[in-house]
Amino acid sequence: MTEILQVRGLVAGYGAAPVLRDIDLTVPTGSIVTVLGANGAGKTTLLRTLSGLLRPTAGQILLDGKDLRRVKVERLVRLGMAHVPEGRGVVAELTVDENLRLGGLWRNDVNAAVAEVYELFEPLAQRKRNAGHLLSGGERQMLAIGRALVARPRLLLLDEPSLGLAPKITAQIMALLQKLRTQTGLTVLLVEQNARSALSVADSGVVMSLGRIATATTAQELRNAYLGS
Amino acid sequence: MDRFVFLTFDGLSNGAVYAAFALALVLIWRAARVVNFAQGAMAVAAAYAAYSVTQATGSYWIGFAAALGTGLMIGALVERAVMRFVGHANPLNEVIVALGLVLFIQAVLGMLYGNEFLPSHTPFSRNAIEVGGVPLLSRYDLFVFGAVAALVLLLALLFTKTSTGLRMRAAAFAPEVSRLLGVNVGGMLTLGWALASAVGALAAMLVIPTELGLNPHAMDLVFVTSFTAAVIGGLDSPPGAVTGGMAVGLILSYVSGYLGSSVTPIAVLALLLIVLLVRPGGLFSATVARQA
Ligand SMILES: Nc1ncnc2c1ncn2[C@@H]1O[C@H](COP(=O)(O)OP(=O)(O)OP(=O)(O)O)[C@@H](O)[C@H]1O
Ligand SMILES: [Mg+2]
Repeated sequence: MTEILQVRGLVAGYGAAPVLRDIDLTVPTGSIVTVLGANGAGKTTLLRTLSGLLRPTAGQILLDGKDLRRVKVERLVRLGMAHVPEGRGVVAELTVDENLRLGGLWRNDVNAAVAEVYELFEPLAQRKRNAGHLLSGGERQMLAIGRALVARPRLLLLDEPSLGLAPKITAQIMALLQKLRTQTGLTVLLVEQNARSALSVADSGVVMSLGRIATATTAQELRNAYLGS
Repeated sequence: MDRFVFLTFDGLSNGAVYAAFALALVLIWRAARVVNFAQGAMAVAAAYAAYSVTQATGSYWIGFAAALGTGLMIGALVERAVMRFVGHANPLNEVIVALGLVLFIQAVLGMLYGNEFLPSHTPFSRNAIEVGGVPLLSRYDLFVFGAVAALVLLLALLFTKTSTGLRMRAAAFAPEVSRLLGVNVGGMLTLGWALASAVGALAAMLVIPTELGLNPHAMDLVFVTSFTAAVIGGLDSPPGAVTGGMAVGLILSYVSGYLGSSVTPIAVLALLLIVLLVRPGGLFSATVARQA
């Protein structure tokens, strides 16, 4: 099995004091890897650094073995990495359809990709012309994930998709991730505070604490350790 | 009654120019949250380029095209070389830099062309066509309406029907998310400035021949008037800018027609003050509460 993403000795932060310290992380192709940790552990900071919104002060990020240090943020999605940010990032002023198209404007097959997302998320198909700010939390999360899928990514970074959602919807989203992985070989790096949900679909996971990786092991071991089952 | 009809058409013709210039202000406001106080000076610079080209080629239309092209370039240059480096920590920063640009551009134009008024011609007659004995509109007025209507239509198509328009809107509303989705946000900002500056140049080309002629300060009053129109329209709304421009054009035409043209500058200021006091958000403001 090869690794789609490799992170080595990553250090990053917002000012003088680093938030992320010496992060090592390997994401095997076609797997679902979850990143767990308390509020402020540095999970969002890690994803933001992976997609170039924050520049690391040390360390390496390799996507398919390619160093991302000099790659512009807006190029990454073309390299196959899509990032659904914390809070979802639905553009409130644009319609559902415009939000989705925005996910793959550079693609020749953007219309086909958008149509596939409507098949995947029925409720969105009924709200094509609605502005983003009129959607419910669940619909927003569908739109954010759907929009990322329009890019036909190989690696999907998700920042707390379950936040503010009913358990039923969270379960649907987790099931969808599993289905996509099986059907299309999508790799997912899933940041979650909801360990139970994340571990129900993940193959392996890491626990972050104070900007470091405290534990890195299989999902089964994490379930045993944290969920007592 | 004849006089009222004449003033109405004259007001609408000027209003079309104010609408175009207000649109340019709105374009930059939407893209960058900056009121471009240098827009008048930038537009005049483009009009001077047109003057030189027309002098050299003898063709109004080549000069006209040169004004639009120069407008695009000046806009891109101002964004790339100046505005990009101004910190956003304090909203005054951009205003101060823009005012500095005004002084700079006007000084350079003065050195190159002198400060006296240069003659500026229209491509069509400005004699009003009479309908039933009442002078209504000149051929030039029709040209102005046509040009502004075409502009409004093209901008509407650009923003609502094209991928580039969608990218520009997304980049303005949500720059970080747009970058994650593959949008070159910096490029969209440059494009926004270039477009707005070309629109400003168009307005300058339309209005300068109807006033005293070409001069580094030729757009000063038009700027204040159009700024008023843009504020009336809410600063954020292109339809608001067009409606505001037409309304201001009409009001000023009646003021100058019935009270005298010396009152117009004061009327502009009074109008601006009233709008800022009564409805600072503008009459068309439709700000969507931002949610995550
Ligand atoms: N923009 C910022 N500027 C400065 N410090 C920040 C910024 N964003 C986050 N931090 C700090 O970085 C640390 C990690 O924050 P981060 O958002 O990565 O945590 P998180 O694990 O995603 O938490 P949560 O589960 O609450 O989303 C925190 O101490 C936070 O205060
Ligand atoms: Mg977070």
